[in-house]
Amino acid sequence: MWRRTVPIMITFFVGTVLVVAEFIPHKPFGNLGEDFSLYFDIIAVFAFILGGGNLCRVHFSKIYRGKTDWQFSIVTLLGFFVMLAAGLFKIGNPMGIQGDVTAAGSLFADLYDSIFTPLQGTMYALLAFFVASASYRAFRAKNIDASILLIAAFVILLGRTPAPSLIADFFAGAGIGFMATAFNFVPTLTDWIMDVPNLAGQRAILIGIALGVISMALRLILGVERTYLGADSK
Amino acid sequence: MPDDVKNKAGLLERLQFIDRRYIFIFIALAVIIPLLLGLRFEEEPSPIVLALYDKIDEMPPGSRLLMSFDYGPTTAPEIQPMVDVILRHACLKDLKVYLMAVWATGQSLTVQTVEQVLMPEFPDYEYGIDYVNLGYKAGNQGLIRVIVDDMKRMYSTDANGTDIEEIPIMKQVSSLKDMDLIVSFGGGFPGIKEWILFAGDPGGIPVGGACTAVSAPQLYPYYPNQMVGLLGGIKGAAEYESHVLNTYPEAFAKTPTPGMNMMVAQMVAHIVIMLFIVFGNVMYFMYRGKERKLTLEK
Repeated sequence: MWRRTVPIMITFFVGTVLVVAEFIPHKPFGNLGEDFSLYFDIIAVFAFILGGGNLCRVHFSKIYRGKTDWQFSIVTLLGFFVMLAAGLFKIGNPMGIQGDVTAAGSLFADLYDSIFTPLQGTMYALLAFFVASASYRAFRAKNIDASILLIAAFVILLGRTPAPSLIADFFAGAGIGFMATAFNFVPTLTDWIMDVPNLAGQRAILIGIALGVISMALRLILGVERTYLGADSK
Repeated sequence: MPDDVKNKAGLLERLQFIDRRYIFIFIALAVIIPLLLGLRFEEEPSPIVLALYDKIDEMPPGSRLLMSFDYGPTTAPEIQPMVDVILRHACLKDLKVYLMAVWATGQSLTVQTVEQVLMPEFPDYEYGIDYVNLGYKAGNQGLIRVIVDDMKRMYSTDANGTDIEEIPIMKQVSSLKDMDLIVSFGGGFPGIKEWILFAGDPGGIPVGGACTAVSAPQLYPYYPNQMVGLLGGIKGAAEYESHVLNTYPEAFAKTPTPGMNMMVAQMVAHIVIMLFIVFGNVMYFMYRGKERKLTLEK
C-alpha cells in the first residue's frame, strides 16, 4: 500500500499546489514554481551521477565479457574519464581551480575545441549526404499525394536559395519574360508554403500536444496514470 | 511480373536506385567547389528575418540584449554565422550584450565567439561594462523560469567566477524583465520555444530566435505575436548578413560573410538533389511505361 499510496499522494499534493500557485502570485504560493524548478535541478544532479555510474557499469561489463566491439567501450570510458578529470580538476586552467572550466588554455577547452567540436560537426555534416540519398529514393510521384509533396519540396528547395532570382535574371536577359516572372514568384510561393500550410499543420500539432499534456497531467494528479510507479503500479 | 519482363525492365529499375556513393560524390563536389571559390550572392531578407533585424536596429544605444547560446558543436556550422552577424550588429548599435547558455555545450561557443568576433572586431567593448559572459547554468526551462523573476538567484558569479555585484553591467539587471530583447540561438530543447514560453510570455520580454533550417518550421506558429523574428538556417544568416552589408556598407565591408558564402554551396547542393530527384522520377516513369508495355505484349 505505502509503495503506491504515498507517491500518488505526493504527486496529487505537488501537482495541485503548483496549479493553484499559477493563479495566486502571493506568498507562499508566488515563488513555488521557481522553488520546485530548483528542487528539480538538485534531483537532476543525482541523475547525472546515476547516468555516469550506469555508463561505467555497462561499458566495464562489455570489456570484461569481451562482447562484440568491446574496443569501442575502452574509447568511451577513456573519453569520459579524461574529460571528467580535465573539467573537475581544471587541468591546465590558467586561472587555477577557481577559473572557468572552459577558459582558453585549459585541457578541457583544448579537448573540446580539438576533438569534440570537429567530431560532432562531422557527424552532423554527414546528414547532408544521407538526406540527398534518401531524397533521391523517396521522392517519387507515385500518386497525387506524393506529387503534391514533391512539388512542395521542389519549391522549398529552390526557394530557400538565391537560385530563383539568378535564373529569373537569366531569362529576363534572354527576353523570356514569362519565365522570369515565374522564377521571381518562387520565393513568394516558398514564403506562402511556410506561412500557410506549414503554419496550419504546426499549429494543429502544437494544440494537439498541449491538450495531450493537460490530459496526462490531470491523469497523473488524480492518480489514474500510474505507470511512472514502475512494475508495482497495479 | 514474368521473368523476361523483369529482365527487360531491369536496367530502368536499377537506374531508379543508383549506388548512393555516386550521389555522395556529387554532393561533396557541390558543396566543396563553391566554398573553395568563395562566391556569394545578395539576398533579399524575408519578412521574418527583417522583423528581427529591425527590432535590433531600432534599439537605442545602451539597450540590453541577452544572447543565449543554446546549441552545440553539432549545429555550430549552421548557427554560428547567425550568432556572429547578430553580435556584430548589436555591437555596432552600442547595445549592452549579455551572453549565457542553457546548453552545457554552449559555454565554450560563447567564449569562442567573444575571442573570435567581439574582442578583435570591437576592441572598445569592455568586459563588465559593455558585455558580460554569464556562462552555462543547468536547469533547462527551470533556469529560465527562475531568472525571469530573479537573475541573482541563479547567477551569483559570471563565467569567470567574478561576483555579479562587482560587474557594473549587472547592476542595472535584477531579472530577465530588465532585458530589452532576448535572442536564443538553437532550435533544440531547451531553446527558442522555452524562452518564449517561460520568459517571453510571462515576463512580457521580446524574444527572437535563430535556429537550424530543420527546426524553423516548428517555430513559425510563434511569429509574430510571441516571437519578434526568426533566422532559419544558413538562408536566414545569409539574408541578415546581406541586409546588414547593404545598410552599413562601410562598417561591414571587410567582415566575413560565412552565411552568404555557404548559401552558394547550399544552392548548388539543392540543385544537385533536385536533378537527382528528377532523374529518379524519369527513370521511374520510363520503367512503369516499359513494364506496362511488356506486360501487355505478353
